[in-house]
Amino acid sequence: MKTMKLNKLSNLAILAGIMILAAACGGNVERDARRTEREARVDILGAGATFPAPLITAMADEYRTKTNNRITVNYQSIGSGGGIRQFIEQTIMFGMSEAYLSDEVLADIERSTGGTAFNLPITLADVVPTYNIPGIGKGLVFDGQLLVDIYMGRITRWNDPKIAALNPGTDLPALPITVVHRSDGSGTTFVWTSYLTRISDEWGNRVGYGTSVNWPVGLGGNGNEGVAGAIINSPGAIGYNSLSYALLNNMAYGSVVNSSGNTIEPSYEATTQAANIELPDDTRVLFTNTPAPDGYPIAGFAWMLVYENLDRNNAINNREHAQELVEFLVWSITEGQELSETLGFARLPGAAVEKNFDMISRIRWKDEMIGQKTLEERDLI
Amino acid sequence: MEVLSKGDIKTASHSPVLSKPLPAIYRWLGDRIFLTVAVTLGLSIIFLAGAMAWVLIDDGSMAFREFGIIGFLTGTTWDPGVNFTFGALPFIFGTVVTSVVALGLAFFPAVAVAIVIAEYAPRWLSKIIETLVHLIAAIPSVVVGIWGIFVFAPWMRETVYMPIYSWAAESHPSLLPILGNPIGYGMTTATIILALMIVPFTTALTRNAIHQVPKEQREAARALGATRWEVIRMAVLPYARGGILAGAILSLGRAVGETMAVAMLIGNKNTFPFSIMGPAATMPSVIINEFREAVGNLHLSSLMAIGLVLFVIAIIVNLIAAYITRKLSITGGQGI
Amino acid sequence: MKTLRQRNIRDYIMVSLLILSTVLVLTPLLIIIGYVVVNGIGAISMDFFTQELGSPARAMQGQPTGLIHTIIGTLVVDTIGVIIAIPIGVGAGIMLSEYPEHKLNPLLRVLNDTLNGMPAILKGLLAFALIVRPMGTFSGLAGGIALAFVMIPIIARATESALMTIPWSIREAGLAIGLPRWRVVLSTIVPAARIGLVTGFLIAFARAAGEAAPLMFTSFGNNYLPTHWTGMILGPVDTLPQRLYSLAISPYSEWHTMGWAAGIVLLVFVVALFAGAQLLTRKKAYNT
Repeated sequence: MKTMKLNKLSNLAILAGIMILAAACGGNVERDARRTEREARVDILGAGATFPAPLITAMADEYRTKTNNRITVNYQSIGSGGGIRQFIEQTIMFGMSEAYLSDEVLADIERSTGGTAFNLPITLADVVPTYNIPGIGKGLVFDGQLLVDIYMGRITRWNDPKIAALNPGTDLPALPITVVHRSDGSGTTFVWTSYLTRISDEWGNRVGYGTSVNWPVGLGGNGNEGVAGAIINSPGAIGYNSLSYALLNNMAYGSVVNSSGNTIEPSYEATTQAANIELPDDTRVLFTNTPAPDGYPIAGFAWMLVYENLDRNNAINNREHAQELVEFLVWSITEGQELSETLGFARLPGAAVEKNFDMISRIRWKDEMIGQKTLEERDLI
Repeated sequence: MEVLSKGDIKTASHSPVLSKPLPAIYRWLGDRIFLTVAVTLGLSIIFLAGAMAWVLIDDGSMAFREFGIIGFLTGTTWDPGVNFTFGALPFIFGTVVTSVVALGLAFFPAVAVAIVIAEYAPRWLSKIIETLVHLIAAIPSVVVGIWGIFVFAPWMRETVYMPIYSWAAESHPSLLPILGNPIGYGMTTATIILALMIVPFTTALTRNAIHQVPKEQREAARALGATRWEVIRMAVLPYARGGILAGAILSLGRAVGETMAVAMLIGNKNTFPFSIMGPAATMPSVIINEFREAVGNLHLSSLMAIGLVLFVIAIIVNLIAAYITRKLSITGGQGI
Repeated sequence: MKTLRQRNIRDYIMVSLLILSTVLVLTPLLIIIGYVVVNGIGAISMDFFTQELGSPARAMQGQPTGLIHTIIGTLVVDTIGVIIAIPIGVGAGIMLSEYPEHKLNPLLRVLNDTLNGMPAILKGLLAFALIVRPMGTFSGLAGGIALAFVMIPIIARATESALMTIPWSIREAGLAIGLPRWRVVLSTIVPAARIGLVTGFLIAFARAAGEAAPLMFTSFGNNYLPTHWTGMILGPVDTLPQRLYSLAISPYSEWHTMGWAAGIVLLVFVVALFAGAQLLTRKKAYNT
């Protein structure tokens, strides 16, 4: 490590020496070359969901190295809602969200830009029930209705017969249940509440789903941390976190019975499986409570949002920037996916990648089909 | 008080422009231009205040139209998910309770420090104390916040909240809903931090007020044989009370607007009921948490409307302080 | 009537209470500074001052990561703020102190004090509405303007009181030797009050430099240096207080450590400005 750093330093020194020499010689050629090199640099600005931020920023790091610092992808995690809003207001080149663009939003975009906007799945979000029951480790089994009852405040003790029925042989204490939820807007909440909505009409009508909702019971924790902190510190607490966060912090998390009746222990593989369903062409689908038999039921896509007509997005100034954005999109759903597991993300399933290619191939700059061209150049279609 | 050095006067009187009488145009036009520039710059502050009011009213009007002014101010539901109903009462309540209690906690220690600085400590020591107190004001809110998140809140949880909570759970379970969940992030934690953060303002303003008390007041009291405390009690504090009161109110304004440290520590719970130890929210904290996140126009407008409420409170607080200062005719309401 | 002894005892009790309060107020200060330094010093390294932040994976995998882009961004945004705030603040201060007869002065004074007492977050909302929305993008410029909104009222007030300390007789002397009013102000009053003015600038600067709330929706944040220098002004920029906040609320312990380190840098920066102001005040007190 140290020698590498030294090497880097000496390289830098040599580079600096050469640059000074070049400048001293007054070589116009070098100066021009440097200038064009600098001008070829592009900043790609994106913003949105917090959950996929570790993945997308790591992709940005990797992509920057790969392009010799030519392309910088600045991604700021401001939340799914913020991502959609800034995307509509055209202050960013791409948005990112765990909620897809609604029909009304798409109709508005169609009207103002003459084309649609694409929701490109980039990764998967998975949410696991986490809990703190003294003497009980991970692997407690839940099903959808049970989670709805707990979050509605109807089941208030851990030794409730409904919990015991799913967990025969586990010695459940008579501890009261403390429900914990996120207090800030969050994609984790979106996936969690969309699952509860899928399970129960009552939940759908009373609470619904979104990045922040009006919770019937429980206390709020700010961020993944706040929820984790509240759970770790209060025996009897139940909450929800992303799988990678639960693993990272050694929290006990439960398995969930999916719609096919299989008890699924959360894993990146099971999350990828959840998306292994018949996808619509625009990928706008919630697959919480997935019909896939081996799929983990509390999972959803995180989407990248891009305009079909890139020239109509005010945040993109010229064709080169549009081209670089498309290149990055293609890279992030192909080679970029290699980063997934090490960072605690589930890999995009093949079906989603195919749909992405179809959508990217329709991306245009004025009359030029730059998406199609890029994919052809890289032999992807 | 002679600030101007001799050199300055000399240069002025020997300046070349003065060797012959100045052309009238230079004097007249120069004065005109200078005044215009100064007034324009001054006006830009008036414009700024106006712009702030206009922006907040304009952007917040949608929420007020939708829910009515009273409805918005007294609404207790904050639901950006399904029904898109927004009411500001939890945040107004959170702001009022945290800042009033914080002022209550901060007031006496702050005044005490001011008395020590102004009346008791030898000059060198009072300089040091004063500098240190100013230093508290200089610590950025986020730095206090990071300390609060990682040190103070966990410490409060372990040493204060948990023992109280366990005691209540065993002997007085009926107290539990009032006490709330002892996660460490909550109203009490935020209030204590808030108190710490407004101490320097209260102290500085109190000290200013005490400084305005004429020497004769003290000498007269001392001549009557009063002890040191009696001098302060009977001669100094009554005389300075207007300034101290105005200072307290300005500090309250400061507490109302404090954003980052509170947002980092209060736990951010948007719905009633709030509890003593449990999480809550204030007006600034909900704006900072949700403004970048808000997607619906009505949600955004509601946040701006909360900004407007904050604006109105700030104006009222400042006007009251100005009124008290003028009414009791003791100057020194000037913030740090 | 109490005896003298009783009164003296009472006196002692009060003194002890006062001292106790003072200690109570000052202790947290030392604790906070102590914690920030102890927790952050480990993350302060060469990398911290030479590398960009990048993704959290960098920190978790032990790759070089730092806050150079944040430090540069802070300097740029703060400079923009100072450049905008000083002329406006000084101009308003001159209007208040040198033209006391002006009709708008009472209004200006009230509004200025109100603006000063206004929560900084509202100044961020204002800059968002006035700059970010029309420009269509978050930018260092918008952040600088938001900070200027924080500084202007402080500078205006400080300028007014600095100029007021100069006795009227000096203005009269200037006018008597035939100088026009504007020359009197610019060549005698302002130079004579310069220490007070600079102190005001420093205090305003120190206040603004620590503010995160106005920057959250204006300069926005960036994990890297912009590739072109214009990106510093026209594009999203990272700043220390806002970065510290997002590091602190992130779920990565490596980033928490970086947050403490950012706290050290911010604290040193703000305390240096503050110490400068204190030194100047002392110098002024010494001169007069």
